[in-house]
Amino acid sequence: MSTATALETQPAAPASHEAPRRKIHWGNIGTGAVMAIIFVWCLAPFYWMLVLSFRATAYTFDTTPWFTHLTLSNFKYAFNPEFNPFGRSLVNSLIIGTTVTAVSMVIGVFAGYALARLVFRGKGFVLAAILGASMFPGVAILTPLFQLFSGFGWLGTYQALILPQISFSLPLAVYTLTSFFADMPWDLEEAARVDGCTPGQAFRLVILPLAAPAMFTTAILVFLASWNEYLLSSVLSNGVTSVAPSTVAIANFTAGPHIVPYTQTMAAGLVVTVPLIIVVLLFQRRIVSGLTAGGVKG
Amino acid sequence: MTVAGQVEEVVIDKDSKGGKGKRNSTINPGESRLAFMLIAPTILLLALIVGYPIVKAIYQSFLTDPGLDSATGMFNEGNAWNGITNYTHWLFQQCATADGGTTSCPQGTLGSQFWGAFGVTVFFTVVTVAFETTIGMGFALIMNRAFKGRALVRVAILIPWAIPTAVTSKLWQVIFDPEGILNRILGTHFAWTSSLWPARSAIIIADVWKTTPFIALLILAGLQGISNDTYEAAKIDGANAWQRFTRITLPLVKPALAVAVIFRTLDVLRMYDLPAILTGGSNGTTTSSILVVRQLTSGINSASALSTITFVLIFLIAFGLVRLFNANIIGAQAKGVR
Repeated sequence: MSTATALETQPAAPASHEAPRRKIHWGNIGTGAVMAIIFVWCLAPFYWMLVLSFRATAYTFDTTPWFTHLTLSNFKYAFNPEFNPFGRSLVNSLIIGTTVTAVSMVIGVFAGYALARLVFRGKGFVLAAILGASMFPGVAILTPLFQLFSGFGWLGTYQALILPQISFSLPLAVYTLTSFFADMPWDLEEAARVDGCTPGQAFRLVILPLAAPAMFTTAILVFLASWNEYLLSSVLSNGVTSVAPSTVAIANFTAGPHIVPYTQTMAAGLVVTVPLIIVVLLFQRRIVSGLTAGGVKG
Repeated sequence: MTVAGQVEEVVIDKDSKGGKGKRNSTINPGESRLAFMLIAPTILLLALIVGYPIVKAIYQSFLTDPGLDSATGMFNEGNAWNGITNYTHWLFQQCATADGGTTSCPQGTLGSQFWGAFGVTVFFTVVTVAFETTIGMGFALIMNRAFKGRALVRVAILIPWAIPTAVTSKLWQVIFDPEGILNRILGTHFAWTSSLWPARSAIIIADVWKTTPFIALLILAGLQGISNDTYEAAKIDGANAWQRFTRITLPLVKPALAVAVIFRTLDVLRMYDLPAILTGGSNGTTTSSILVVRQLTSGINSASALSTITFVLIFLIAFGLVRLFNANIIGAQAKGVR
């Protein structure tokens, strides 16, 4: 079993550069092979999306594993408002995601600070309530909100898409900020005061630079969660494509009767995904630390 | 999915709170008031967006829906007290008959699908979580060992996680096409998404692809906290590889693993995007969430009962899991962030 062999040489691995290698390390070759498998596992389907999105529709089922029959027509098709409201949906995703992130961060940062830094009765209960709120299945709030919003005439409006997303984005923001803030060296604030800083200076010169990366990472995670949301948006947009986000547009992507728009859908999917991939590549370390902080720091 | 990471982090925090402990002893009234003011906006907003709708849904679940009254044949405006009829409708799959009694809901109606949908949801949950944690554990052990290429693999791992599920579903729809790349590679002609077990397998494969790397990342974070000295000491004491795995690795990553399993389970139990887009919920892939969305347009009060049942069942399963793993999640959080 791979797990057992993995451990066989594990303790030795960090020290291996100290000891001269005399024999071939089969374990290392096995490790390398599995690393390659993980790499292919993660990227192969994405790579196929990339290949198909640049391929002429007539060659959709051509299995050539590299770029052939290159064309940009899939992207032109995807952005053509005659067929799909895709371009519009990207703007909508941006509007919804930015608003949701801004609201969650502004409100969540206070709660995060209080939960991380202040001592008060009922903290465990507040944490449980906030976590509990995010644990409800989307459909549990969707049913009453659907009725409520149709009563207000809100179905298919931005507010109907933005407000419900607060239900998961605000707890996410509060939790991430709470754990980041709990780990910050707040003693520095006091040290700055002792060294003659005013409270304002201590905050601006010491705390803000420390908190900024944490807030930035949290904002990225919240925005990603909003950008990827589908269930609430698909129902509450109620078929109004002028406000529906890109996930809904992708799910309803069409090319007219009897045409399977695979290459065009892949092009649209790529457009939705590429900004996320860029963000992930740029802020890889931050995101991983945001997701697994305590453990990675060791 | 993302929430799992946050919570794990907080759980792990409890070991590293260090010097903050001394603050616990005193509760200053001024500090409490400040804390209350800072937290109030969050609680108010969540009460409005989550609390109120859920209470409203529970109330409505005891009301009738508008429609033709089967007993009188007259149009009924609905919203009259209905007792637990909406609940028995779903739980016992009983539909009203013309004479005012009830009978088993006919095949094909939404009413006949409750336990089927719930069973499929639980099936998806058990299978995907089992695959994801087992393979994720393997990946994490290897990544923990490897020194070359770890940075590269860590970037790669974030990509399936970052792709929106809606896009993932479309991507796998293309891969699973009867003429698609997967059948070509395997040399088969499976109609993946148009019969029972292939459709279910397709959902499981797509979900395992998307989430396993993420689980691996969470477990890896736990593994990196284990000191090599522990393994060395065990080795000197004569423990073999399997013993070191079961006696050292597993117990030490258990907290991280338990949280990952619990939150993944909650995520799959409310699974919607993937089956809704990949198979449209056809061929035995209708999950509980899909059933609720279908019911929305054919009777909101009945849908309220259905969504209430769904979250109560999910809550019970979550509660059972927490007990099973003996994971004091809430307590650990409360302690961890003080």
